[in-house]
Amino acid sequence: MTDITRRNLGRLALASGAFVSPAALGQGANPIRIGYAMSLSGGLAANGRSSLLAHKIWQEDVNARGGILGRPVELVFYDDQTNPGTVPALYTKLIDVDRVDIVVSPYATVMIAPSMPVIMQRRMTYVSLFGAGVNEAFKYDRYFSMNVAGDDIKGTYGRGFLDVAFTLPTPPRTVSILAVDNEFAQKAAESVRHLGRQRGLRIVYDRSYPPTTVDFAPTIRAIAATRPDVVFFASYPPDSNGLLRAISEQRMTAPILGGGMIGPQIAAVQQQMGPILNNLVNWDVYSPEPTMRFPGVEAFQEKYRARAHAEQVDPLGNYLQPFAYAQMQVVEQALARVGRIDQAALAADMRANEFKTVVGDIRFSALGEWAEERNLFVQFQGIRDGDLEKYKRPGAKVILHPANLKSGTLRTPYGAPA
Amino acid sequence: MDPQLSLLLNGIVSGLLLGGLYAAAAAGLAVSFGMLDIVNIAHPALMVMGAFTVVVIGTALGLDPLLVALLQAPLFYVIGIGIYGIYHHFFERRGEEALQGLAFFFGVMFIVEVGLVMAFGPEQRFLDPDYAFITWRLGEIDLPLRMLVPAVLALTVVGLLILWLRRSFTGLAIAAVAQDAEALRLMAVDPVRIKRLAFGISIALAAMAGGALVVVQPVEPASGQIFIGRVFAIVIMGGMASLPGMVTAALLFGVVENVTATFYGPSWSPAVAFGWLLLVLAFRPQGLFGRAA
Repeated sequence: MTDITRRNLGRLALASGAFVSPAALGQGANPIRIGYAMSLSGGLAANGRSSLLAHKIWQEDVNARGGILGRPVELVFYDDQTNPGTVPALYTKLIDVDRVDIVVSPYATVMIAPSMPVIMQRRMTYVSLFGAGVNEAFKYDRYFSMNVAGDDIKGTYGRGFLDVAFTLPTPPRTVSILAVDNEFAQKAAESVRHLGRQRGLRIVYDRSYPPTTVDFAPTIRAIAATRPDVVFFASYPPDSNGLLRAISEQRMTAPILGGGMIGPQIAAVQQQMGPILNNLVNWDVYSPEPTMRFPGVEAFQEKYRARAHAEQVDPLGNYLQPFAYAQMQVVEQALARVGRIDQAALAADMRANEFKTVVGDIRFSALGEWAEERNLFVQFQGIRDGDLEKYKRPGAKVILHPANLKSGTLRTPYGAPA
Repeated sequence: MDPQLSLLLNGIVSGLLLGGLYAAAAAGLAVSFGMLDIVNIAHPALMVMGAFTVVVIGTALGLDPLLVALLQAPLFYVIGIGIYGIYHHFFERRGEEALQGLAFFFGVMFIVEVGLVMAFGPEQRFLDPDYAFITWRLGEIDLPLRMLVPAVLALTVVGLLILWLRRSFTGLAIAAVAQDAEALRLMAVDPVRIKRLAFGISIALAAMAGGALVVVQPVEPASGQIFIGRVFAIVIMGGMASLPGMVTAALLFGVVENVTATFYGPSWSPAVAFGWLLLVLAFRPQGLFGRAA
């Protein structure tokens, strides 16, 4: 057996170098390091882990193309344990100790907000993932959001849902509102309250519930007793399951039922709820309808789905996963245009330019939100079982709003068989 | 029927069913915390671990989740004996069970949660038996089997446990070890062995509660966190070492939560339910069925 001496190692390196492209040789030396915290355990881990998979797929795609600015991309991430208290320290470490070149955000408003003071103090350019109105208070000029909600959640979030409701043959007159006690859901409920009053809807039930609620039967019974024409929920999983199960058990029907339920976008919930989802009109961000075939999204989903089972994440990738990929595309395109790592120049580029991503073309507003909100309202149609294959094709989740992405027509009432 | 009366009756009935689930979740803790004075804060996490194993085994073998919960109880009994062995060796034996023991069970809780994420991923898991989609209707009263069957199983198991504790020598020894471990030695009974056995039973009960939880709702690794406050409150309200007291407190908790949710909205439910706890403790510091010191 030959001993590995320093000289032999050097010869080996030279020999192998002959088969490696000069670009790759250059890449190995100095990667662009992108750092972030992500919920890999705790309550937000399901979305956090699938976002991480999307980021890894982007990283592999970029590195296969030769990296950015001729340098490979390296992801540096830590588990925030879905504990907002860990986030400031993790970002301090990423920036001051790990000395990453770029930072992006964790998933969700509750985790993004505590990172903001650290990011602002270091004047880093920051692309967030599914934060809702985070920058309303901070007004940080280097913040950019990968979220469809836009600048004015109160003025726009509920518009699509109510637009759909007012396409009913008999215009609705009453609305009920139930929202979980968290920031995003309360903003969503406030939007429906505000816009509903503008349209002359009478609010017959308007309550919140704590995230620790186990049984929704009494709440649903109280809502059903008010006989609303429009039933709006702003809920999170697993509450959404509990609400839908209670609705099904009490055979509650309404001309329009749904709203801002987080859960029905996720494969596990679609599988469990099966036909209970039929005719539910709900907020969403993506549906594989012909109107949303943006360049690259199907290729991304194919790669994602091939690995989702092994990574134990959502098998469909129809929710935030394409947006996590697009979050990194924004960083990639800005870096490519600016040509160097310069936080001020990157922010200026993001403010000035349009980005072509797998979730469509995006432009940012002065606050860093999407310049044009794109809250989808979809309806589950023809759902007879929990088989997930149908959610890979058009037709199971048709888009009712906005008009430019519309792919089907409203079926009513909720509670009718498929 | 008057709509308000219908709402009230349904609120009470659904509250009793919810109380059945709470009784299942709190039964094991009534043994470990109530009788053995072991602050097992990891109990809900172990319940969720039981729920995950129910999903895995039930899905693989096509068995009913509650049946799987009963079948897996011996395995969790062994796990409980193991956990107690570590706790006793490193903390209780040295008289350091108060604060360090609590920290130990915090550690167990985190290890269980992270272990579940590593083993099964963070996604929701579920296993719905066919009856979970059936609702019996008695006039205007709804009885969803999703809630009724786990509640009946929980109350049956607790009833059998009460009988065993009262009728068997070992059961009486478990009750005695909570009051005076040294007196038990005088009867040639090893209190450590009895505590080990009782703790094993408490974890076996957690596994059964996991089966009940799966029928009621999907589970994720962190699902246990929403039960921590409730189960400790129920055990304290019931009177620590009293299983009938625990059941009464669980049912009362469920009814108060659901009737409040019906008429005043769900955001008031926890406040009113925990307000009841304070009220009970103000007038009966030993709990509903506890004995005054």
